[in-house]
Amino acid sequence: MTDPLDKVPTPGPQGADPKDGGNGGDHGATVVAAAHPEAIKAIPVRHYGRWIGSVVVLALLGLLVKAFADAQIQWNVVGEKLLDGTFAWGAWETLKITVLSMAIGVVLGAILAVMRLSPNPVLSSVAWAYIWFFRGTPVLVQIFLWFNLSLVFATLDLGPIYKNEMNDVMTPFVAALLALGLNEAAYMAEITRAGIQSVDTGQTEAAHALGMKGSQTMRRIVLPQAMRVIIPPTGNEFINMLKTSSLAFAIGYGELFLRGRQLGSRTLAVMESLIIVSIWYLALTTVFSVGQYYLERHYARGSNRTLPPTPMQRLKAQLTSFRVPSQVGGKTV
Amino acid sequence: MKSTDVKTPDSGRPMVKAEGVHKSFGHIEVLKGIDLEVAPREVFCLVGPSGSGKSTFLRCINHLEKINAGRLYVDGELVGYRQKGDKLYELRDREVALKRRDIGMVFQRFNLFPHMTALENVMEAPIQVKRESKAVARERAVRLLDRVGLSDRAGNYPAQLSGGQQQRVAIARALAMEPKLMLFDEPTSALDPELVGEVLDVMRGLAEDGMTMIVVTHEMGFAREVGDSLVFMDGGVVVESGHPRDVLTNPQQDRTKAFLSKVL
Repeated sequence: MTDPLDKVPTPGPQGADPKDGGNGGDHGATVVAAAHPEAIKAIPVRHYGRWIGSVVVLALLGLLVKAFADAQIQWNVVGEKLLDGTFAWGAWETLKITVLSMAIGVVLGAILAVMRLSPNPVLSSVAWAYIWFFRGTPVLVQIFLWFNLSLVFATLDLGPIYKNEMNDVMTPFVAALLALGLNEAAYMAEITRAGIQSVDTGQTEAAHALGMKGSQTMRRIVLPQAMRVIIPPTGNEFINMLKTSSLAFAIGYGELFLRGRQLGSRTLAVMESLIIVSIWYLALTTVFSVGQYYLERHYARGSNRTLPPTPMQRLKAQLTSFRVPSQVGGKTV
Repeated sequence: MKSTDVKTPDSGRPMVKAEGVHKSFGHIEVLKGIDLEVAPREVFCLVGPSGSGKSTFLRCINHLEKINAGRLYVDGELVGYRQKGDKLYELRDREVALKRRDIGMVFQRFNLFPHMTALENVMEAPIQVKRESKAVARERAVRLLDRVGLSDRAGNYPAQLSGGQQQRVAIARALAMEPKLMLFDEPTSALDPELVGEVLDVMRGLAEDGMTMIVVTHEMGFAREVGDSLVFMDGGVVVESGHPRDVLTNPQQDRTKAFLSKVL
């Protein structure tokens, strides 16, 4: 697409061929260049405030680093135990419970969101009540509620399908998974509902006018567009869940934080184990932040004219722009 | 679905027939008794000031809006209801969807699916609704995009197309369901003036091919040139109707005269 206005400022003599889409305007360009005014050379504003601010902040940072260097932290213990098997297993358990409870949250949340938007008053009220309860009580309380379920239901009896002692069923893993997953569903329901409602009603009308049924319209037209709105807060929820899952230590689930506590009480290196645990959590959240970036990019399809470059593409562009002298005024990178 | 007795355009039966159609939104009565007939292969233009109810009437035809009173028939079948004896039964959603297959609609704001390319937009309904194979749907979509002059834009997303191009894709998308009736809801009103022509050209071509079209429009030139009949609506009623040339050049009603003096 050539903007017709592009052609206006190049006053080509004998009125250039209209098919000449403004690209071959070498002739006109020289005319413009000759008339180009002298470039401005001015003394830039001095930002003294910036310099002072930087010095102060760097000084404070230096003090902080020195304080930690002088503190009684056995950094060698941190180094030795960081890659200990117990933390690798803890990270695995953390990852496992996070992924599984997010899966429960996303699926159940989508169902709840559709129920909440349903014209059926029973369905929408039930969804509302669910969200009200699970958002309104602390997740730590919910973890203990599930873990202690055997106090009120001695056996889990699903008729002919399944029957077992509740105590055997409700392991720390199962209790934590149910609590975190069902709690997450309440938040995901609200996120999904906001996403669905963000899609223009014209989209639904267009799909209906083509003869698509409600379910087809939801699956093919509305949800894919809602994803763009749903993904960023869901990534946020995922990273939150990586950290919130540490609450499961309270019922003895062997995730990262519990491993840190165990090491701390066994070796009395309490701070060291907490630092190790923090490093592991940071590593996990960093990896998933990168993943989220690519997922968001995927669902941005169609909403931007061009997709934003990936970090690798950006790096490549920067490197090549160092190699090749920059093209003045050119839009090519 | 018995398609044998459906597509008989020259049976003399009107493609659309409205009898005393009323529609209210809350307390506001938007349509106050519309009676009209649209013959097969006819280009039927609806004109009138904003808020006169013309778009609402158009949306009633494919049941995007429910009418409150009167009867509305498309190709001899009641819209949105089934009549048994003297009782009316509301149609289920899937039955309504089934009837909408045969009625194409083009919107003022295009409403293309932004997450799909132009080609995917055109292929979507035949694949999802008619369960056509991808190959068949693609072949037709390519042909339709070529027909609206956009074969080189098949891989573009709507955001990468101009308004006129988007509207032409929207027309191709509606045609992909091979409708027997096309509804146009102010198809050029959201376009820059210089882009109006390309959309009207496509519509003119459709009219020449004998498509039955109901067009809500402010393009009086198009109505006069392409239209077979024209209805002027105001305040939810039909004020005047006839051949576009007669109504536009020699209006009988004062309200029509006043409106035309402003838009022509």
